Amino acid sequence: MSLAERAIQRRPGTNFELWSWYYFRISGVLLLFLALGHVYIMHIATPIEQVDYAFVAARYARPFWRTYDLVLLLLAMSHGVNGMRLIIHDYVRPRGWRVFAHSVLYSAALIFTVLGALVILTFQPVET
Amino acid sequence: MLIQCKVRRFNPTVDKKPYFSTYQVEAEPTDRVLDMLNTIKWELDGTLTYRRSCAHGVCGSDAMRINGRNRLACKVLVRDIGNKMTIEPMMGFTVLRDLVVDMEPFFEKYKAVKPYLINDNPAPVTERLQSPEELEAYDDTTKCILCAACTTACPPFWSNPDFVGPAALVNAHRFIFDSRDKAGAERADVISSREGVWRCRTVFNCTDACPRGIQVTNAMEEVKRKLLYDRA
Repeated sequence: MSLAERAIQRRPGTNFELWSWYYFRISGVLLLFLALGHVYIMHIATPIEQVDYAFVAARYARPFWRTYDLVLLLLAMSHGVNGMRLIIHDYVRPRGWRVFAHSVLYSAALIFTVLGALVILTFQPVET
Repeated sequence: MLIQCKVRRFNPTVDKKPYFSTYQVEAEPTDRVLDMLNTIKWELDGTLTYRRSCAHGVCGSDAMRINGRNRLACKVLVRDIGNKMTIEPMMGFTVLRDLVVDMEPFFEKYKAVKPYLINDNPAPVTERLQSPEELEAYDDTTKCILCAACTTACPPFWSNPDFVGPAALVNAHRFIFDSRDKAGAERADVISSREGVWRCRTVFNCTDACPRGIQVTNAMEEVKRKLLYDRA
């Protein structure tokens, strides 16, 4: 059996890579707007000395900004992890190293996503 | 013009590692790189080994890496390269000797995409008529000569030899977009697999390398879009 045939037989009939590719495009376009919007609000429209606890607390009083940040977080994490997954597939060939790289990637992704989502969803302003 | 030509050499029965031999070759500016290699082999060093056959850019035997870019030695003129030249075998394949590489894995992948017309319907009395527009859809990818310049110019292929590679995908495109072909689904299983078309990173090295001017990257993008539309 040829190399190519073996590679094909390992995962017959799945569309995972197709959807991963498509998701890349969609999430990329969304991120373009969301990330640029984020940069504009946090770094251009608002002078940097005004970005403090009170500013964030005021933003998070409105569900819109929490949703905005949550969507940004989930899209950025999934888009980035998907990219890293492909880079690992492309460049980390030995099986052991690949398992290691994937473990680090998915652990880090899980920790950062949970941590970020926790802050966004459970943030309660404290009187200062 | 006097050319300083560095050639990557390797004879697995003698050499532990590849090395470079440098030759000073006198050539006409309008000579092709292949003529210069012939001069080296016939007059300077008979041990230099490379493939060539038709010498007119049709058989695809003499694809090699010339100053870092994959070219057919018979299709590129010396004056277009300059008087300093580095010639290496195509990357990503096992070197058998000097500029000769093992093409078997390449042809295996080519065969995996079933590069032939599949249509079990009974043949009509006349021909299977095709409109000029239907031909246009795959005309570009019929030009492939299987020289492997595209596949061995592809960085994802260098790092991952399991990737089916641009050449096999170009030949899949040629039949996927042929209105007479009926095996789209069979081929889709191969090219949409883990090591299929999704490994393409649109580097465009393949398009640059193709001696036939096939828009290789474009063909692969068309294949991706078709898979998406068919399976979504």
